[in-house]
Amino acid sequence: MYVAVKGGERAIENAHAWLAEERRGDTSVPELSVAQIREQMGLAVARVMAEGSLYDPDLAALAIKQARGDLIEAVFLIRAYRTTLPRFGASRPIETADMACKRRVSATFKDAPGGQVLGPTFDYTHRLLDFALAAEGEVPPAPQAEPAEGPVPHITGFLNREGLIQQERPSEETPPDLTRQPLETPADRSLRLQALARGDEGFILGLGYSTQRGYAKNHAFVGELRIGDVEVEFDIPELGFAVTIAEIEVTECETVNQFKGSKLEPPQFTRGYGLTFGMAERKAISMALVDRAMRWRELGEDYVGAPAQDEEFVLYHCDSIQATGFVEHIKLPHYVDFQAELELVRRMRREAAEAQAAAGAAAMKEAAE
Amino acid sequence: MGLLARAPAGDLAALWAEAGLSPAFAWARAPEFGGVMVRGRAGGTGAPFNLGEMTVTRCALTLEEGGAVGHACVAGRDREKARIAALCDALMQTAAAEEVRARILTPLAARMAQARRARAAKAAATKVDFFTMVRGEN
Repeated sequence: MYVAVKGGERAIENAHAWLAEERRGDTSVPELSVAQIREQMGLAVARVMAEGSLYDPDLAALAIKQARGDLIEAVFLIRAYRTTLPRFGASRPIETADMACKRRVSATFKDAPGGQVLGPTFDYTHRLLDFALAAEGEVPPAPQAEPAEGPVPHITGFLNREGLIQQERPSEETPPDLTRQPLETPADRSLRLQALARGDEGFILGLGYSTQRGYAKNHAFVGELRIGDVEVEFDIPELGFAVTIAEIEVTECETVNQFKGSKLEPPQFTRGYGLTFGMAERKAISMALVDRAMRWRELGEDYVGAPAQDEEFVLYHCDSIQATGFVEHIKLPHYVDFQAELELVRRMRREAAEAQAAAGAAAMKEAAE
Repeated sequence: MGLLARAPAGDLAALWAEAGLSPAFAWARAPEFGGVMVRGRAGGTGAPFNLGEMTVTRCALTLEEGGAVGHACVAGRDREKARIAALCDALMQTAAAEEVRARILTPLAARMAQARRARAAKAAATKVDFFTMVRGEN
């Protein structure tokens, strides 16, 4: 028999008090400020904003501090906060072609207008620990050069001109929003992109990697990767026109993929697209690979059963908060469920033993006869 | 409004304080926090999709003298920045417009342009110059 109980308030309170103490760590070491996290842990902040699906570097830094650096826990805090915000509306789509790029590289065209701009990248570092960072010190200012005037056009635009790449069809349709309607499959591309943009970087990375290793193989080049600031324009109803409300940093990746053509499309290059808040190129590249793999239906490709092609598998498992919620909840009290299972197993064992005993008795009786 | 919204809060507050303007006003809508869904386009140019939200603070106010209405909608959770931006917006519709432009908007734009230039200059310094190695044999 199970008797309902309650309790644990004191234990919980004390656990949280100890958590606060552990979070602070050794008090002889200076405490981290939120501003320090925002400025010096910028890529962690970017990840929390992207997966928390809320652009606010201060809040993301606070969440990282509160979560003791557990980024999924920080994303959880941001998602929870996000739900408390009234939605004022939606922005006009950002114009990534007008981005003030701090990084812009192409693996397909060496001499693209605007050039190959490396920006503040880890690429070409030797991945050797820099012990100089263990000591505090000033950093010399980065070198400057005369900036080139003129636009930095999207690389895929060049292939577009020759008709060698699949065209994106511009539209002004209101996209579906998975924060407002339950996510259902089949999902159109805009819904898939929203889910991927807030999906777990590790999960999307693994799936993207799987497409390169041969699961839904689409040999991809990074046509372009750009990081920089874009303006966000928002229609103010009282004014009747759109105003710029912010400049935000985003990372955009366009992949160019081999495509031998299908019943629906001629041989041409096709595209995958990745876009995330902040500086997050691993995520953006992975997102583009997975986006391309999930486009098999519209491009008339065969479904080969690869995980990255399976939108139900991808979309229902890429969200770190849904995943961690369900995975971690099994550590919470399941006393009633378990009591029922215990009863069931005991009964099955009793029944099995009785059946065995009965069979044994019958066999003995038969043998005796 | 765009300039005021994009301006770093610290710069705006400092210039506002230096300008020494403090017109009396009444809130039409007190500063409130909210979210705006930021949209992107598939492939950069295709159909829109929801990228994620951003925090914003918006407010509206009416100047007691003249009744000009000022609006602000700025990134982040910053009531003070929204208040100053809305006051500037309202004052731009009054006789004080030139003063606001000269003492706040113009210096603000200059500072932001300078920061933007510095960033572009750092990016330019990381631009790759390709050169072709001479092949061997002859």
